[in-house]
Formats: sequence, C-alpha cells, structure tokens
Amino acid sequence: MWKFIIKRLLLSVFILFFVALIIYTIMRFIPTSYVDSMAREMSQKQGALSYQELKQQLNSVYGLDDPILIGYFKWLSNAVRGKFGDTWYYTGKVTAKFADVIWNSFFLGAVAFILEVLIAIPLGILSARKQYSKTDYAVTVVALIGISLPTFFFATLLKLVFSVKLGWFELYGSVGKFYNQLSTWGKFLDIASHNVMPIMTLVIVNIGSLMRYTRTNMLEVLNADYIRTARAKGLSESKVINKHAFRNTLIPIVTILGGTIPSLFSGAMITETLFQIEGIGRISYDAMVHGDIPFTMFYLTFLAMLTLLGTLIADIMYAIVDPRVRIS
Amino acid sequence: MANNEYENKPLNTDDIDSKRVIREDFVSEDRSDALDDEARIKVLSPTMLVMKRFFRNKLAIAGLIIIASMFLFAFVGGLISPYGEDQRFYTTEEMMKDFASGSFNKEYKFDYKSDITFSSTARANFVLALNKKETTFIDGNHLSYFIDSVTENFHKISELVPVAENVMRVGDDLVFTAVNGYEITDELKDAIVSTMKESKTQLSFEGKTYVIKAQGRTSTISVASDIAIASKLVYDAYEQDTVFDYNFKLFAETAFNTEGADTFTVNDVTYRFEKDGDEFKIYKVDENGEKEYAKATNFIVSPSMQDMFLSIEFKEALKESVLAKQEKFISIDDKNEETEFKIYPKDNEYLVKNMQVTRVLKSYSPPSSIHWLGTDRNGMDILTRLMYGGRVSLIIGFIVIAIEIVIGVILGGIAGYFSGWVDNLIMRIVDIFNCIPVIPLIIILGSVMDKKKVHPTDRILWLMVIMGILGWPGIARMVRGQILSLREQEFMIAAEATGLTATRRIFRHLVPNVIPQLIVLATMGLGSIILTESTLSFLGIGVKFPYASWGNIINDVTDIHVLKNYWFVWIPAGFLILITVMGFNFIGDGLRDAFDPKMKR
Repeated sequence: MWKFIIKRLLLSVFILFFVALIIYTIMRFIPTSYVDSMAREMSQKQGALSYQELKQQLNSVYGLDDPILIGYFKWLSNAVRGKFGDTWYYTGKVTAKFADVIWNSFFLGAVAFILEVLIAIPLGILSARKQYSKTDYAVTVVALIGISLPTFFFATLLKLVFSVKLGWFELYGSVGKFYNQLSTWGKFLDIASHNVMPIMTLVIVNIGSLMRYTRTNMLEVLNADYIRTARAKGLSESKVINKHAFRNTLIPIVTILGGTIPSLFSGAMITETLFQIEGIGRISYDAMVHGDIPFTMFYLTFLAMLTLLGTLIADIMYAIVDPRVRIS
Repeated sequence: MANNEYENKPLNTDDIDSKRVIREDFVSEDRSDALDDEARIKVLSPTMLVMKRFFRNKLAIAGLIIIASMFLFAFVGGLISPYGEDQRFYTTEEMMKDFASGSFNKEYKFDYKSDITFSSTARANFVLALNKKETTFIDGNHLSYFIDSVTENFHKISELVPVAENVMRVGDDLVFTAVNGYEITDELKDAIVSTMKESKTQLSFEGKTYVIKAQGRTSTISVASDIAIASKLVYDAYEQDTVFDYNFKLFAETAFNTEGADTFTVNDVTYRFEKDGDEFKIYKVDENGEKEYAKATNFIVSPSMQDMFLSIEFKEALKESVLAKQEKFISIDDKNEETEFKIYPKDNEYLVKNMQVTRVLKSYSPPSSIHWLGTDRNGMDILTRLMYGGRVSLIIGFIVIAIEIVIGVILGGIAGYFSGWVDNLIMRIVDIFNCIPVIPLIIILGSVMDKKKVHPTDRILWLMVIMGILGWPGIARMVRGQILSLREQEFMIAAEATGLTATRRIFRHLVPNVIPQLIVLATMGLGSIILTESTLSFLGIGVKFPYASWGNIINDVTDIHVLKNYWFVWIPAGFLILITVMGFNFIGDGLRDAFDPKMKR
C-alpha cells in the first residue's frame, strides 16, 4: 500500500513538472511587448516599484531573459520554495493574496458539496430502485437539466427570481452593507443569506452527474448475483437495499467523492464572479483578465496540483474502500 | 417500458459486450430453427438493431428532435431571416434637443474684401485702438490700418499704403520721396501742405483719404483704401442661399448712418430699408416691386446644426420672447412646422430646445411582429442573432470535437495497441494534458488577444484550436481502454496472421470497433464544448462582437438594468443553450443504451 502511494506520488510530481513546464512555456509565448506594457502600467500605480525594478524582479522570479528551459528551472526553484513573486493586479505577494481568499472558496464549495451528496445519493438510489417509473424519469431529466445548465444562466435566473422579483436575497456580495454593526447571530444570518444563491447554483449545476453516477451503480449492484441471493434468502426489501445493495453502491461513489475533495479548493470561477464573492475563483479570474501573469502561473499550477491530488486520492480510496482490490 | 419488447426476444445479451451481442443475434436465431423463413425475417443488421433500440427511447427521440430543430433554426433560419447578423435597427424618438441659441451681440463682426485677409491680430489690435481712441493700428505683418469711425458701432477700416516718405514741409513747398510708384500731383501737394499747416493728420482728396503720420522730424503720407468694416449688426436673410458680402454690408451700413437716406445700391441692385428700433429691415427693389431681403439686427441666433436654416420669423419670435423674459414660445422650426420651443437662459446666451424627432438605435425594443424577440443593446434583431449564434456554437462544437477525436484516436490507438513503453509514454502525456486547466488558460490568452486586438475571426479559430488541443485526453483514454481488451480477441490474431501492418491493424480493425463508444463520447462532448464556449463568450473572452454566440448574447445581462427589465434579451439564449446541450446529452444517453443494452438492465 505505502509502496503504491509513494509510487503514485512520484509519478504525480513527474507529471506536475511537465504540466508546469507547458504552462510556463505558454506564458513565455505571450509577446514580450505585452509583458513590457503590463510592467509599465504597473509601475505607474501608486507606491509601485519603478519600471526597471519591476523588470528586474520579474526576471529574477520568472527568468524571462533566459532561454525557456533555464528560465523554467529558475521559476521552478523559486516556486518549490513558495516564492511566486508579487501579483501585478493586486498588491503584495501572490501567496499572501491566495491565503486571504482560499477559505472563502473552500467553505462555499464544502457546503455545496455536502448538500450535493445529501441530495444526489438518496435520489440516485431511489430512481434506481424504481427504474422506469415516473420518479426515475423525473430524476433523470432533472439530473440532465442540471448537467446541461450553463452556470451563468442559472445564476442569473436565480437572481431574477429571488432578488429582483421576490427580493429575498441581495443581488451579490458575500456580506451586507451593515455587516459590522450586526450581532454574532445577525452576522451569521447575513452571511448565510448571501450564500444561499451561490450554493444553490453550485448544487444544481453539479448535482446531475453524481445523481446519474449513483443510479448507474445502484442499478448494476441491484442486478448482481448476491442481491438475488439475498432476496432468495427471504430478507426484507429494506434489508436488501440498505445492507447489501447500498454498501456496495458506496464503493465507487466514495472513490469519486474522495477524488472531488481537492477540487473544493479550486474555487467556482463563474459563480464567485457572478455573485461577487471574494474567493480564489473570482480573484484569479480578475487577475487573468487583467493579464496578471504571476498570479495566473500560480493559479494554473495550483489547479494542476489539485487535479493530480484528486486522482491520487481516488486511487487510494478505491484500494481502501474495496478490500477486494489488491494493489502491488 | 422501452426494453420490455426487446426482452421478449430470444436473445441473451446480458453478459457480453455490445460488439458480440450483434454476432450472437445471428447465432441464436439460427439455432432456434435453421434457415426457417420466419426466423430469417426477424434477423436485423447490427445497425438496424441499434437504431431500433435507440428509437424506443423517448428521451433519445426528444434529444434528436431538439438537435434537428436546432440545426434547422441555426442554419436554415439564418437564411430565411430577413435580417443580417449584425444589421442594426433604428427608430425615431421624440426628445428635447438643442435647436438653436440666441444672444445679444456685443462683439464686433468684421467683414472684409474677399481678396485680403484680416487676421485675428488685426482684429484684436483694432479693438485695442478703439479703446485707446487711436485712429491707426497695425497687424502682425506690420501693415498699418486706419479707422474711420462712422458711429459708435460702425467703423470702416482702411489699409494704409505709403505714397511718400521723408516728407518735410518747407514753407509752402513739400520735400518728399515718392514710394510704391505713386504719383503725387501738384494739387495733391497743395492740399497736403495746407493740411499740414493746420496740423491735421488726414485729408480727403479726389475721394481718397490720405493720412499723414509724423515720424520724428519727417512724416509719412499714406493713402487709405477701404478694406473692411467692423459692425455690431448681424444680418439675417429671408432665404437660405442669400450671402451678404463686404460690399453689401459696407453700402448698407453707410446708408443706415446717412441722414435721410432710405435706399442704397450695390452691384446695380437697389435696396430699400426701414428702420425699426435698433433694427433695419431691407427690401430688394426690382421691376416687380419690393421683396423682403434681409434684416440687420443686434440679436444673433445660431442653429445647433451647421446646415440648418432658421427663418427670420423664428428669430424674431425668439428675440421677442427673450426680451419679454418668457420661458417658452411657439414658432416655426426649420421644417416650417409650428412647434413649441423652450428657452433656457445661460449666462448671456439663450438656449432654445424643442421636441425633435431623432433617429436612434432601437435598443431593447420589446418583442413585436417585426422583431419576434425584440432587439438587443446594439439594436439588432435578437431572433436573428440567436440563429447566427447557434451556427457559431454548433460549428465550434463540431470542429473542436473533430480535433479531439483525431488526436485522441491516433494517440489512444497507438497506446492501446503497442502497450509497453509507448503506452506508458502516451498515457503520461494524457495525464499531463489532463492536468492543464482549460478555461483559465483560455481566459489569460483571451486577455492577451484583447490587448493585441486580434480580429474576431482569428479569435474563433484560436478558441477552437486551444479547446481541441486541450480536450482530447478523455477520448484517448477511452480508445486505449477499449483497444487493450479488443487486442486480445481472436480476430486480431487473424489480422496479425494475415501479415497486415500495425497501422492497418490499428486503424482498420481495432478503431472501427471503438466507434460506438466514440460516438457516445463525442455526442456528450459536443454538449460540454458548447457549454464551455458559451461560458467563455459570456465572460467576453470567446466569440466576440460582431459575431453572435449564445454566450455573448446573454452577456448583456451583466447590466442589472437589463436583468430587471428585458427578459427577452437573455432568457431565450440561455434556454437555447440549455436545450441544445440537453439534446446532445439525451442522444448520447440513448446511443449508449442502444449500443450497450447491458447498462440499462
């Protein structure tokens, strides 16, 4: 087991090395005139370094003057030590800005994730048990609508219904205007009410695939021989479902859920941007739109790391949850 | 439901994969009753079997209908629609707009002969000289001018041309040097001498004015020739093409200031005028009688647009209202229609506004019989934009999926077939590409393209290339997985035994067996590509104006005003994205079930 994990970790590091190389190369292909003009624009900000100093700093962190490979190793050696340089669009270090906002994204993602699991798995199992019933069709159609809904469209619809027409929630922002004057309970309610629509968006848009995945797996399990045996033994239907079918359905589900956990940190770019929540998704969207290359480099590498971590966790979970799986 | 009929067939397809199902069909049918005609009729080709299963699925049919109608809507609709993709519509709107402005003239208006220029320095120096009560002044080119003030508000300006320099009077005689080839007759000389004796500085002789200017002990004598007039009167014409030249104004003003005169003649045309307060009304006199020709007044009215002609009736009405301190008045506008004007005093100016009909972009007009879904911010027909946007979205989807399939099949096929280090290498490449975040990468490249002002057409190409190059790993993985198991089957041993090349074996024997799964994956992939594209276009990074895309049509909604008031701008586009992606998903689902009935059971 440990051997497997270490082997996979080493492989991940190897892959990450090349992913970062590709990202770095793409960034280097951005015309230098663009980098120059960005640096010039930046140096005109108040309290910013002079153009020369900025260029120098960029070169030292990103190795822009060196050939791509050497520059990459320069950047890599800095990145490994956590030095990603200063952001261009915000102030201060890239990592400091990241640390400021990452937990906002995580909490938003985590709540949505828990809700998704709580809704999708029971519904998926229900629709599998009543295959081809009206419930099944309803669940399938709802799941497919969720998968097919563009996030921005659904978020806007929610805004129209709940903010404009009903006036229940504010259009955007993560806290209200008078947040600081509220009591602790009031603060909690304020944050909660601001997060209803973003969470609703995330849940509806992401719930479909989990629901369908649960249904497919449950169907497969229900057709398995051991379920037939359990029924033949004369077990009650609830026992068959809860004890025999459900547990076996959980194996693949837990595996992919484990794999999704790292992506909770990646931030919901569209949702956060539309609801103006200070999360990593929105922060990096703004940074990218304004050509903040240091921040973008960091964010892209971070996302690649999360993807790798996700597959790694999924693989390990698979081995842990299903004792039949033996890994050498 | 859908499967019940199928289950009645003497087929057992539960535990074998889709490809073999089809073979089994023949075998089992044959086994039941060899070559019996009835049994033979039941035999269906593999394709027919899949189609039969597919068309039993209601959702799949719904998806097929959606996608078919979407193609009709996007590709045929664009041809039928009477409007163009970026055709703007205009509407007329009534709004208070500047019509004219009036003010009492306090500045001198200068008119001069057409063949000279009277520079702004000269004008400024003229005013200075007037204030200092001097009669001569110079301009920037050191030309001297002489002012003949007829009245306080009317001055004739003459250019002084020296005729004699170094002039000294010796008794009754004159010593001088003639310049500029001017001949000074004895009579003129006598006149000058007598003028100098009286210590005067100017004299008239034979209709010309001479100016004597002392320069130390000697003097210079210049002849003055009229070149300009300065007056505070402005001339309004009764007809648009009337032009008042220097000569006209010179004679007119001279006549105004001549006691008892009421006519003057310029260029053989006689004019008669009437004094009315501080204004003069001028009539043109010819053999047919008199005709209103012009009006000289101290009230300037200038139109808000350069080529607009304001009638004297309007100007008079405005002046009267200003003098009476009224806020509005009724008069005729430039099209001779009676309208109400409002006066807005500002400093010494009186701004006149009226309700005017103007051509404006037909922005956000609600659905009507002309524009079934209304118009957007740029005054374009939304229905037509949706049709063209559908084209862009569908074309992008198909091209991207084609790129993905080509790369994915080639790399996946090679990896699956060769296994070993080739497989390992290709799969690591797949892992690497799988880790590159697509949307963030396109956003940053999009912002660079924004700065570099890349043409919208090139942007679409780039978008497709980037999405295609980054999207293939999923397909490669699936192809490899399938081929890994297919490779071990008997037909491949046969293929190898016949001595076919590896390329042929991969792409003629293995890959065709993956086509069912490929079609399913591609159909589902189309949906997600359209989603990604519309998201990028919504963010303003994908397809750009003037090209339409469902995403960038919705982009208008980022304006809260649109969100609150104009549902027809964004709801239809969002709905189209939703049902198109859903249609592809339905079809993909249906196809998967049709190809592989095991999954449904």
